[in-house]
Amino acid sequence: MSDMRNPLGRARGLGSAKAGTGHWWMQRLTALALVVLSVWFLITVLGLLHADYPTALATLARPWNAVLMVAFTTAMFWHAQLGLQVVIEDYVHTRWLETFLVVLVKLLAVLSVIAAALAVVRIALGH
Amino acid sequence: MAHSGRPLSPHLGIYRWQVQMVTSILHRATGIALVAGSGMVLWGLYALAAGATDWTAFTAIAGSVPGQILLAGWTWSLMYHLCNGVRHLFQDAGMGFEIAQFVRSSWLAVIVSLLLTVAIWAYLLAGGVL
Repeated sequence: MSDMRNPLGRARGLGSAKAGTGHWWMQRLTALALVVLSVWFLITVLGLLHADYPTALATLARPWNAVLMVAFTTAMFWHAQLGLQVVIEDYVHTRWLETFLVVLVKLLAVLSVIAAALAVVRIALGH
Repeated sequence: MAHSGRPLSPHLGIYRWQVQMVTSILHRATGIALVAGSGMVLWGLYALAAGATDWTAFTAIAGSVPGQILLAGWTWSLMYHLCNGVRHLFQDAGMGFEIAQFVRSSWLAVIVSLLLTVAIWAYLLAGGVL
């Protein structure tokens, strides 16, 4: 499909000035992933009710469980960051504070994803 | 916010109470609660990676009375955010936009999330016996 904007509109840079629908779309994609992954997480955790330490460790060290746990924590922190960003943008009206908090939440989310992945790798490979 | 003198939409107190207001506010509130819950997931993973001593300390705190109250709150938060989230995904796909459907799906999200939470905790408190 050709570009629907007229040349003047394009020259003025109308349309998305930032990320467009990127945020909205990733929120839905991570939500869809979490519908499946959070149910898996809940069932797995419920299954550990009477588990001692070696059993809990062995359960999470199973390849599919380790893979799904990293997928779950990654989607969870990603989705949390997107949601918190909207909350901050809705309620914080001081521009510098808003930017500061959004950036802080983004960095903490990335750190959490790395930390969770590293813990699962240690559980899966380190024992 | 700056006051430009332009007309504003009426504030929340003006509107007649509707269940859709509650589902909307609860979605955000449970989302924020679940952010705190994600910290617990991270802590649990670290305790499991660190060794038996850390894991025992973690499960002792999780299994204490305040721990169980928090976990029950997070269980409902997750069930509600999940049910209402699925409702939102259907709406994003263009379904369920009639007012009657909107009200019905709102109540459905609230009631199903409560039933699931009760079922999960009945299972847990019965010691995992079904």
